[in-house]
Amino acid sequence: MDTMFVRGLKRKCFDGEEDIEGTLAGIKAIPSYNLQRQSLLDMSLVKLQLCHMLVEPNLCRSVLIANTVRQIQEEMTQDGTWQMINTQSTGQASLDRLVSTDILCRSSRDQAEGKHVPAYSTFNKDFECDQAQDSSETMSTASSVQAPRSLQSNVWEMENPQENKGNFQKSLDQIFETLENKSPNSVEDLFSEVDNSYYDLDTMLTGMMSNTKMGHCDSLETFSSPTNTASNSNCKSDLNDLDHIVEILVES
Amino acid sequence: MEEDAETRKISSSFLRDHSYATEADIISTVEFNHTGELLATGDKGGRVVIFQREQESKNQPHRRGEYNVYSTFQSHEPEFDYLKSLEIEEKINKIRWLPQQNAAYFLLSTNDKTVKLWKVSERDKRPEGYNLKDEDGRLRDPSMITVLRVPVLRPMDLMVEATPRRVFANAHTYHINSISVNSDYETYMSADDLRINLWNFEITNQSFNIVDIKPANMEELTEVITAAEFHPHHCNTFVYSSSKGTIRLCDMRTAALCDRHAKFFEEPEDPSNRSFFSEIISSISDVKFSHSGRYIMTRDYLTVKVWDLNMENRPIETYQVHDYLRSKLCSLYENDCIFDKFECVWNGSDSVIMTGSYNNFFRMFDRNTKRDVTLEASRENSKPRAILKPRKVCVGGKRRKDEISVDSLDFSKKILHTAWHPSENIIAVAATNNLYIFQDKVN
Repeated sequence: MDTMFVRGLKRKCFDGEEDIEGTLAGIKAIPSYNLQRQSLLDMSLVKLQLCHMLVEPNLCRSVLIANTVRQIQEEMTQDGTWQMINTQSTGQASLDRLVSTDILCRSSRDQAEGKHVPAYSTFNKDFECDQAQDSSETMSTASSVQAPRSLQSNVWEMENPQENKGNFQKSLDQIFETLENKSPNSVEDLFSEVDNSYYDLDTMLTGMMSNTKMGHCDSLETFSSPTNTASNSNCKSDLNDLDHIVEILVES
Repeated sequence: MEEDAETRKISSSFLRDHSYATEADIISTVEFNHTGELLATGDKGGRVVIFQREQESKNQPHRRGEYNVYSTFQSHEPEFDYLKSLEIEEKINKIRWLPQQNAAYFLLSTNDKTVKLWKVSERDKRPEGYNLKDEDGRLRDPSMITVLRVPVLRPMDLMVEATPRRVFANAHTYHINSISVNSDYETYMSADDLRINLWNFEITNQSFNIVDIKPANMEELTEVITAAEFHPHHCNTFVYSSSKGTIRLCDMRTAALCDRHAKFFEEPEDPSNRSFFSEIISSISDVKFSHSGRYIMTRDYLTVKVWDLNMENRPIETYQVHDYLRSKLCSLYENDCIFDKFECVWNGSDSVIMTGSYNNFFRMFDRNTKRDVTLEASRENSKPRAILKPRKVCVGGKRRKDEISVDSLDFSKKILHTAWHPSENIIAVAATNNLYIFQDKVN
């Protein structure tokens, strides 16, 4: 597993390098690798979020993205990054609050009536303790977006919407913890990091070290561009809400 | 097929003017019938357009067998599922022709949820001289009827009618990705992300579930069905492909529910190419039996593979479609192109395969000579009856004249759907809202 990506690097790309194995190990050790892996994870999570805003997402795409997240998580667990992040996390209250984007599952109507959708009742525990301290702007921006927590159970499980909250659920909680641990101050911070690392991200994650210039990834623009949302006709809420999701995710 | 194919374009411009093209005009499937006389396209707006090949004429040899619009009809309408509060798109996902049995043509068309059987038939005569009603269809006063007439058929302008004969609904919870007519011509199957159902053409209110990969706990879902097809000759055999890059061949004689495959085709992963995107790019977007029934062709994101039914552990041939994208997978993941579902087709003799790429490029691979060619379907570069020039994408380094660099490829122009005439070298290529028909050079 240690050499998961390094094995992908092509020998010919290292002409002139003295020690291929050494070089590869070096790349792996570069902290930017972790950063880029984190960027990929973040990107995947945003994609998953968008999937789960749809009543019937493209199942194939959702499954492939979820598998990618699992894979990253597995690797992070193995190289210790995951535990490190978890032990570092101190501000438990704020973590809960982040995860409690459960507020998002409430439709605007429910908000008005002040009660929860039954299907999401499992979240109420979290929700209630946060409710008091939650600011009203969170409520207003969050109205039509579904919670990341509910993504596994309420979207794919069209036939048995009530069943299962299991391992993946837990792992997503962890993922969101890692997201918060980065504590960026703004949306721009979060994505600027993603942005300037893509050049390397492509080369490293796909195991190629050629010097081809990558296409520029305009993270936020791409997400909200029409080409990207072409298949999202079922989208319950406007994609502009992505901004809100991100805001909520990074709120500290 | 030779690189120098004569170009002809029936870009349905008369129907869908380029400048007025909308989302609904995007072609979502293309399919020749069994004789190649007809070509059907389906679009995102739920319409089916059928083209018919013109008879050859001696005085206009260059117009050899051009395809003209034969019939257009609305196959599917947008619907709303009130139980799930869900819009059902009208987009035609697949069209499959039934073998012709009489003067009429039959085809199956499907959107995400509902399969329909359409009859397309011609009328060029109408009956005249009824006794009880007049020419306008009004009943005649019985007292006026003094003589008995024999009605006669009079010629009239040719009219092509499309009528829905069967509607196969309410059997799919997920999105239908494939339909396939069985070689017994009495049954067909429809596959969605998690299940495959078997239907009889005469029975619309029940179908048999023959594959079900839905886990009891949806959290454990890691794999979906991406395509399925019946064997061209053995009515008991079918294959389906998965998002994990595997193909399962099932024998319906074994059990009613084919949960256990008869054969399992999978290529061991090349460890030197492993990355986070390995699984995504190995997901199979299309699977097609060769006409002979001996081989299976699969398309994944970067390659086309040909498998021998008798060898499960690796494909016998692998063709790189656009390997230069391997270094761009992260960007393609970000902009979602990595999830594009490219299809693939065989030529009539199974010796050449064709599949699409980006920038309105499509690729052909000659299995015997191992030659391959990249061609482009575009309004700018293909005038009617012009000859297609091979295109080349340059990877890194110096770019030669006529080459296009990887960075300037247009990823919004993708060729996902193509079709090959069953016996001649005529191909149909759908590029967004345009349909291009190319044929071998006429000498």
